Amino acid sequence: MLNYILRRLLTAIPTLLVLVIICFLMMHAAPGGPFTSERPLPPEVLANIEAKYGLDKPLYAQLWDYLVGVVTRFDFGPSFIYKDRSVNDIIAQGFPVTLTYGTISFVLATIVGVAMGVFAALRHNTWVDYLAVGATFSAQALPNFVMAPILVIIFTWQLGWLPGGGWNGGQWQYVVMPVIALSTSYMASIARIQRTAMLEVLHSNFVRTARAKGLPSSTIIWRHAMKPALMPVVSYLGPSFVAMITGSVVIDLYFSTGGVGLHYVNAALNRDYAVMLGVTILYGALTILFNLVADIVYAWLDPKIRY
Amino acid sequence: MTYMTRTLLAAMMASTIVAGTATAATHPETGEALAADQTFTNWTLDNPSSFDPQVVEDSDGAAMVRNMFEGLMNQDADGNLVPGVALDYSVNDDKNVYTFTLRPEAQWSNGDPVVASDFVYAWQRAVDPELASPYAWFMELMSIENASAIIAGEMPKEELGVKAIDDHTLEVTLSASLPYFATMTTHSTTFPAPQKVIEEFGAEWTKPENIVVNGAFILEDYTPGERIVQVRNPEYWDNENTILDKIETLVVTDQNQALTRYLAGEFDRIELPAGTYPKMKAEHPDEAVSVPWLCNYYYTFNVSDSGPEAFKDVRVRQALSLAVDRKVITENVMQGGQPEAYSFTPAAVAGFEPPKSAMADMTQAERDAKAKELLAEAGYGADNPLTFDMIYNTSENHKKVAVVLSQMWKQKLGVQASLANMEWKTFLDTRGRQDFALARGAWCGDYNEASTFLDLLTTPSGYNDGKYSNTEYDELIQSAKTAENAPELYTQAEAILAEEMPVIPIYHYAGVMMIDTDLKGWPYQNVERNWYGKNLYKVAE
Repeated sequence: MLNYILRRLLTAIPTLLVLVIICFLMMHAAPGGPFTSERPLPPEVLANIEAKYGLDKPLYAQLWDYLVGVVTRFDFGPSFIYKDRSVNDIIAQGFPVTLTYGTISFVLATIVGVAMGVFAALRHNTWVDYLAVGATFSAQALPNFVMAPILVIIFTWQLGWLPGGGWNGGQWQYVVMPVIALSTSYMASIARIQRTAMLEVLHSNFVRTARAKGLPSSTIIWRHAMKPALMPVVSYLGPSFVAMITGSVVIDLYFSTGGVGLHYVNAALNRDYAVMLGVTILYGALTILFNLVADIVYAWLDPKIRY
Repeated sequence: MTYMTRTLLAAMMASTIVAGTATAATHPETGEALAADQTFTNWTLDNPSSFDPQVVEDSDGAAMVRNMFEGLMNQDADGNLVPGVALDYSVNDDKNVYTFTLRPEAQWSNGDPVVASDFVYAWQRAVDPELASPYAWFMELMSIENASAIIAGEMPKEELGVKAIDDHTLEVTLSASLPYFATMTTHSTTFPAPQKVIEEFGAEWTKPENIVVNGAFILEDYTPGERIVQVRNPEYWDNENTILDKIETLVVTDQNQALTRYLAGEFDRIELPAGTYPKMKAEHPDEAVSVPWLCNYYYTFNVSDSGPEAFKDVRVRQALSLAVDRKVITENVMQGGQPEAYSFTPAAVAGFEPPKSAMADMTQAERDAKAKELLAEAGYGADNPLTFDMIYNTSENHKKVAVVLSQMWKQKLGVQASLANMEWKTFLDTRGRQDFALARGAWCGDYNEASTFLDLLTTPSGYNDGKYSNTEYDELIQSAKTAENAPELYTQAEAILAEEMPVIPIYHYAGVMMIDTDLKGWPYQNVERNWYGKNLYKVAE
């Protein structure tokens, strides 16, 4: 097991390297650059700026300098657009925000989603099931970029209960709406996957055998059905956890949380190369890590899996 | 800190508080009752590019910098020059040596006096290739002696034409005479910089814990993507006449969301998203305002070799411009009180009344008839329809305008214009390479003088993406820089543009905002949008 984890972590290095190279080349292939602006800079001013940021060097040299900086100094470079900030600053400030509302959303979505899915499966084809299925479909049909403005209209403008945006160090009033807007659709997906998986397990032979042996139904569900029914959910949870803690562009945009999610899109639009690469590395590393975590949880859930 | 300084500080703070409460009751001039909470909650679309006066390049960021740093001159609510750190200035007869007298009481937030050498340091910094300021060109625009050579790395920065005669006398030498030079010292690039602090902290000097300022407010907190908090600077020389205690700027990227939050009472000022002005004006007539801004909106013809042959014919350019019903665009599309444009320079500019082109006096029907006639003369009609591509950057508003333009041309002239929108940087890149036929353009004045617009269409201008070139025009603009009768020359230059029509002016911008009725002192008439927090105050509701 330990060997397996080490192997997986080691293969993460070349994976990340490839990711950085592809991202780097794609960024530089896009037309324009960080200093392309409405007001074209005089050539000598542009030359000074490019020299300052090393953009006058050939591409391979820029890539090499970047990688050396990251590996030896853990320095992800400066932001070309927000000139008072380095990429390290941006991530150090924005990641805790998305980590906070992402983790809360994740826990909420998982608990409620799994409970709804299991409950619906156990009451298959009753009104409970229909209600749960109906609720999940409507939650999925309501994307968060529609939901976020609606939440603000209701809770901020009409009722005046919650602030319409901001973060303020993560006080609870500021966290409520981002969590609702972010968790709803994940909750719905989890509930649907859980319901389908549970139904399948409940109709499998070993559950039928357990029933025939006369085991009480709580034992059947908790001891025998739950674990295998969680498998599909777990494989969904790994990547979605990463997506949630690295923030959603929509949440950061509508609620001005200052999270790292918005930087992903802004950096691409602004050609803020270093920020783009930094956020990509963060995203990539977390994805690799939590896919590994999901695989480890698998092994625990399913005794047939051995690494 | 010794006991003595602590006592002194405490006494000073106590007196500030006393003074603060004394002025908090009523406004000293108007007598209005002031609100107890003097916090101005402002809106911004994006993070500021920097808090460093020599580095900042976005206009909202420059506004934040203007509240923290004070330059030689300030502007009043109408945009007129008023003393800032400089009490006064004098100029020689050739208008190429300006001497500013600095007020002795001005000081930095760490207690150091603001001296002439702080300006010398800041201006040298602005042109220093090592700092590589994106606004280094502003020093060239100001015609400061040797600025260009220093930026190009051909001269040490110490050679810049600015020197401190003594602590309170600053002398600036220009490479050309510039009658409006003093107006340019309201620009953030020219603000002083605290040398000691910058040398101590390097790039980290603008962090809230390090920053030292000489303006009315100081940075207290900055959370990118969320908020910028600026509070009163008790060391500011005019602190006792400053009423506002705090400026809180919240970053909200979605303008509709900002509007909802404004309506919920979370903001004192926002800019309205397109198309919402008529509704807001009807529902909140005291809060919705539309004021002219020093910006224009136009389409530029590519008249370079890579442009279509048709656009090299002035009759075609005239016809397309005549057929644009600007009233429809301003009243039905933009709906924000934007003035129709019949000149390149916005009428809001100071010291110059832009002449309206002949078409301004014609009815739209007359213009349309003339347009048809001109296009037919140029050889385009039903059997040989004019076709071209037009590009604009992705935005709902630009799209609406482009669609309306193409429809007007199609219906009135049978012209086929195909539309292409592009993501911003791609658009700039494409337009900058002259890879277009007709492209959207817009410009906001860097300073309040017509040359900030008219310079754009000169042959050497880096922004002249259509590559329009007219020697007579170039000469007019060049001589206007030093002439006594600059407005006359500008009038002639505008006449050339009206005749040759290298661009189609569509409208001039208007700032469309919601401003809470308890916020007073907003400079609505300042077309450069330069507002000073020290002139704002909140009245009791």
